[in-house]
Amino acid sequence: MTIDRTQNEREGVAYTGTPSEQELHDSGGYATQERQERGPVAFIECVECIPCNPCESACPYHAITVGPDITALPQLDGEKCIGCGLCIAVCPGLAIYVKSKHHSETHTTISFPYEYVPLPSKGDTVNLTDRNGDVVCQGRVLNVFTSRRNDRTAVVQAEFDKRYCSEVVSMKLPRSDERERGR
Amino acid sequence: MTAVDIAVVGAGPAGLSAAIEGARSGASVLLLDENDKPGGQLFKQIHKFFGSREHRAGTRGIDIGTQLLSEARELSIDIWLNAEVCGVYDNNELAVVVNHSTSKTVRAGAIVLATGATENAVSFPGWTLPGVMSAGAAQTMVNIHRVLPGHRVLMIGSGNVGVIVSYQLLQAGADVAAIVEAAPSLGGYGVHTAKVRRAGVPFYTSHTVLKAEGADRVESAVIVELDKDWNHVPETEKTLAVDTICIAAGLTPLVELGRSAGCHVVFEPTLGGWIPAHDSYMETSVPAVFVAGDIAGVEEASTAMEEGRLAGIGAAAVLGYYGADERNALSQVVWNRLDALRSGPYGRKRREAKEVLLRAGENAT
Repeated sequence: MTIDRTQNEREGVAYTGTPSEQELHDSGGYATQERQERGPVAFIECVECIPCNPCESACPYHAITVGPDITALPQLDGEKCIGCGLCIAVCPGLAIYVKSKHHSETHTTISFPYEYVPLPSKGDTVNLTDRNGDVVCQGRVLNVFTSRRNDRTAVVQAEFDKRYCSEVVSMKLPRSDERERGR
Repeated sequence: MTAVDIAVVGAGPAGLSAAIEGARSGASVLLLDENDKPGGQLFKQIHKFFGSREHRAGTRGIDIGTQLLSEARELSIDIWLNAEVCGVYDNNELAVVVNHSTSKTVRAGAIVLATGATENAVSFPGWTLPGVMSAGAAQTMVNIHRVLPGHRVLMIGSGNVGVIVSYQLLQAGADVAAIVEAAPSLGGYGVHTAKVRRAGVPFYTSHTVLKAEGADRVESAVIVELDKDWNHVPETEKTLAVDTICIAAGLTPLVELGRSAGCHVVFEPTLGGWIPAHDSYMETSVPAVFVAGDIAGVEEASTAMEEGRLAGIGAAAVLGYYGADERNALSQVVWNRLDALRSGPYGRKRREAKEVLLRAGENAT
C-alpha cells in the first residue's frame, strides 16, 4: 500500500518543531542582510502569535516592538539594535540570539541563551549546533554571562568559523557527548 | 465547626490568588489543600512564564509561587494543609478530612473551588510496567524531589506539558529519545518545540505508542505511524530503547466538588471536559459558589491566577465587602489582562469556549 507521507514532510514549526526559513524571514524578527553584515545584531526567532512581550521593554534602544496587542510578533528595527544582547535572557521562550558575522577576519560570534548544567567555561571548545541539534562545527567559548539580571538563564558567547555563520544557533549539551564517549 | 467568610479549596495559582483577593477586601479567608505544601503546580514550573509585565511575564513559576505565598502570609490567610475536602453540602458547608484522620466541618459565606485538573491516561500493552508515568509525575520527581525517573525517556504528546517537561528532563540530565504526537501537527508553542529540537530531540507527528516492553520495567517502547483516520500504518513500527515513558495527553478538570455542590456543568472539550458553568465573576449556578483555574477550563497558570482574582473579588462582593460598582471596576481590570492572555490564534479557541461557558453560566443563574 502507499503511505501518504505528505503530512510529515510539511515545513514549519507546527510540523517539524523548528521554524522554517520562510517563517523566520516573514516574522519580522530579523534585521536586513545588509545590517547583519555591518555588526552585531539580534535575531528573534519568534514566529507564532503567543501572548508575550518582555523583549519589548528589555531593549534600552527601543529596537523591539510588540505593541498593545501582546500576541503580535516582535518586530526588530535593525537600525536601532546595537547587538548588546540584553534581550537574550529576558525572552521566556529562549528565542533570541545575537550574532556578529564579521567579528574578525575569519570568525563569527554568537551569544545564545543556555539553561543546562554543567555550564561551559571561558576557553572551552564546544560543539555548535543548528536548529535541529545537529553539530555544525566546533567553537570556542569567549564568555558565559550569568548576571543576576539574567535570572538563571546563562548567555554563552562563542566564536566559530565564519563559513558556518548562518547555521549555528546553539551548542550541544556537553554531557550527552560525554555519555556517548563512555559507551 | 469552623466559620469563615470565604473558603478556598485548592492552594494552587488560582486558589492562592482567590484567597489573596478575598483577604484584601477585608474578608476572613480559609485556604484548604490536600497536599502538604501549598502552591499546586507552581513549584514545578521552573521555566519563565509568558505574558506581559502585569502577568509577571519572564518570572519563573517557582518564584511566582513564593511571591503569592508571602502575600498570603502578609494578609494572615489561614491555610490548612493535608486537608481533603470531601463534599460541599447545603448552607455552604464543607466536609474536610485533616491529616487522613480528623473530620471537620467548615461553614463559609462563599466558596471558591480551585481544585485544578488531573492528567489523562493513555493505555497500551505494557502500560502498567514500572517506568510508565504521567508527564506531571516525572516533573514532580525532577523538579520537586530532584530524582531522575530514568535516563532515556519517550514522551507521548507534544502539547505544552509534553514539550516543557521534555525540556526539564533534559535539564535534569536525562536524554529524551523522542516526542510522539498522534495528530499531524505539534500541539505546543513553537518556542518550546524549537528549544527541545535544537537539543536534538526528534518529533514524530502522526505517531503513537503501540506498546511498552520489558521484563520487570520498561526496557523499550514500540511506536507506530498513524494514517489520517488514526489507524496504525502496517510495517511502520519502530523500537526505541527507553527506560521511561511519559504520558502528556491532556488534562481533565477536577469537577467532583462542583457536582457535589450542585453546580450546573456543561461539556466543553476544548477546555478539558465537564466544567461548571459560571458567570464573568466566576460564580456558578449555585449562589456564592465560585470556580477558578483548571476546574473552570484547563488553561495555564497565568490565566488561572487571573480567574482566581475574579473569584476572590466576586466572593467578597457576595458577602458585602464590595459594592457592585467596586466589584465591576476591580473585575474589569482583571478581565483586560485575561483577554490579553486569550488573544491571538492560540488563545482564540479557549476564549470562544470560555464564552460558551459564560453564556451557560449567565443563563443558569
